[in-house]
Amino acid sequence: MDIERTGRGPLVYRQNVWTRLTHWIWAVALFLLLLSGLQIFNAHPALYIGEQSGFAFDNAVLVIGAEPHEAGPLEPRGEPPPPAVGTVTLFGQRFEATGLLGWSGGEARAFPSWATIPSYQDLATGRVVHLFFAWVLVATLLLWLLASTLNGHLREVIPGWRDLRALSGDIADHARLRLHYRRRYSVLQKLSYFGVLFLLLPGMVLTGLCMSPSFNAAAPWLLDVFGGRQTARTLHFVEMVLLVLFVVVHILMALLAGPLNELRSIVTGWYRLSPGEDPDAR
Amino acid sequence: MPADPIRRRLLLAAPALLLSGCKVFDRLPRDGGLRDVLESANTLTDLTLGNLADGHLAPEYTRADIRQPMRPNGVTSPPDEDYLRHLASGWADWRLTVEGAVERPLALSLPELMARPSRTQITRHDCVEGWSCIAEWTGVPLSRLLSEAGLRPEARFVVFRCMDTIERGLSGNVLYWESLALRDALHPQTILAYGINGGALPVPNGAPLRLRVERQLGYKMPKYLRGIEVVADLPGQGGYWEERGYDWYAGI
Repeated sequence: MDIERTGRGPLVYRQNVWTRLTHWIWAVALFLLLLSGLQIFNAHPALYIGEQSGFAFDNAVLVIGAEPHEAGPLEPRGEPPPPAVGTVTLFGQRFEATGLLGWSGGEARAFPSWATIPSYQDLATGRVVHLFFAWVLVATLLLWLLASTLNGHLREVIPGWRDLRALSGDIADHARLRLHYRRRYSVLQKLSYFGVLFLLLPGMVLTGLCMSPSFNAAAPWLLDVFGGRQTARTLHFVEMVLLVLFVVVHILMALLAGPLNELRSIVTGWYRLSPGEDPDAR
Repeated sequence: MPADPIRRRLLLAAPALLLSGCKVFDRLPRDGGLRDVLESANTLTDLTLGNLADGHLAPEYTRADIRQPMRPNGVTSPPDEDYLRHLASGWADWRLTVEGAVERPLALSLPELMARPSRTQITRHDCVEGWSCIAEWTGVPLSRLLSEAGLRPEARFVVFRCMDTIERGLSGNVLYWESLALRDALHPQTILAYGINGGALPVPNGAPLRLRVERQLGYKMPKYLRGIEVVADLPGQGGYWEERGYDWYAGI
């Protein structure tokens, strides 16, 4: 029994090496996929519903662009041109986001240079980086699925009836930041990890593949599943936003729960439970 | 929540360090070690997608899906004298040449191309930038011309030469060019299109003749064609955009 008992609650070996390894590979891969993905998005910063992009009709749900400032008095010769306004049009509603979206660093670019790889406009390199880490993501998903099936971790992230009945209590506990350090994941943890691992990440891969004209020829049914190539591209973006939200909440929860204990468990595997918790309860 | 200011500063510094670390991708030389490693995944992508798509047709759409004129991209009005002369004379002296590793080189006029059996397909054009546009394309299957010319045993690739200058450089003007593997060149939907949406191909879309390769992205479909060369070995990186960092197999 690899459990060391102390006055502060038992220290347990909670995360096996495969869980920790895949966690950190994903952390790096998803970060680089995000920044290279924003570079790719910047090449045509608009999202549509359907098979095609409406140029002579309107099926856009999101357009990020730049407009010149409203015409004012003429600038004297030799003055730099007036800065433009960065705009975001979401479902027809126009917002200004100069400095962040549409216009930043003195140029028209949907996402700012600090949010893209490379920092300047370079679609070719963005695609090389994105497709490399897309393979890393897929390989890591398969590795995690295989290892977790064999070592039993898979059962730990799939919510069961017992978990779902505890949902309202768990939401109340989280809302009051009354966190429990247990051997088992709480139901909110299970639901979010399950959602990311079985819905968002596979969904990312499938909507990404759906943007491939070669894959469309091999599996035209997938286009119908997602409602067309441009809808798939829009969903790819929406899933990205959801993943970013997940990561933000995930990091926030680790900070709130005590970053040293949480980091130790995902680096070394060892996790300190609340005093009195049963180290063997699964 | 850690109140310790040093720890908080470290936590705040971490994202900034991560972001500045990404500048490593700002200097990815075209043939550098890191770029080679990253591009090795392209080989995997190309093999996977190429084999998955092998023997399949790209999705075809209906007339109801044609909702707008075909969006032109890249060069939309070639400035080249030769091109403008051909355009002014209604393509009277223009010939498409088929040469290289073939038994019988061809030089075909536009009426000669149009007299051959044609294929019409309503397909979706996907630009590498991310947008898509559906149009109806009419043209002569490339496989038909290649079989007329007769491929020699060493034939492995088809190179397309164009009339449009896409870049003016110090070492001269660069004309657009592309290339395909025989597998894609002989695909039934690979056509040399002279018609679009029931009319003649207009200048912005590549008059008089452009390539359609429906299972790949737009940059694989050169416009303003003048010649086809069948070769055993791919010259350079295989195309204008390929020499600027884009993957030769544009399947995704």
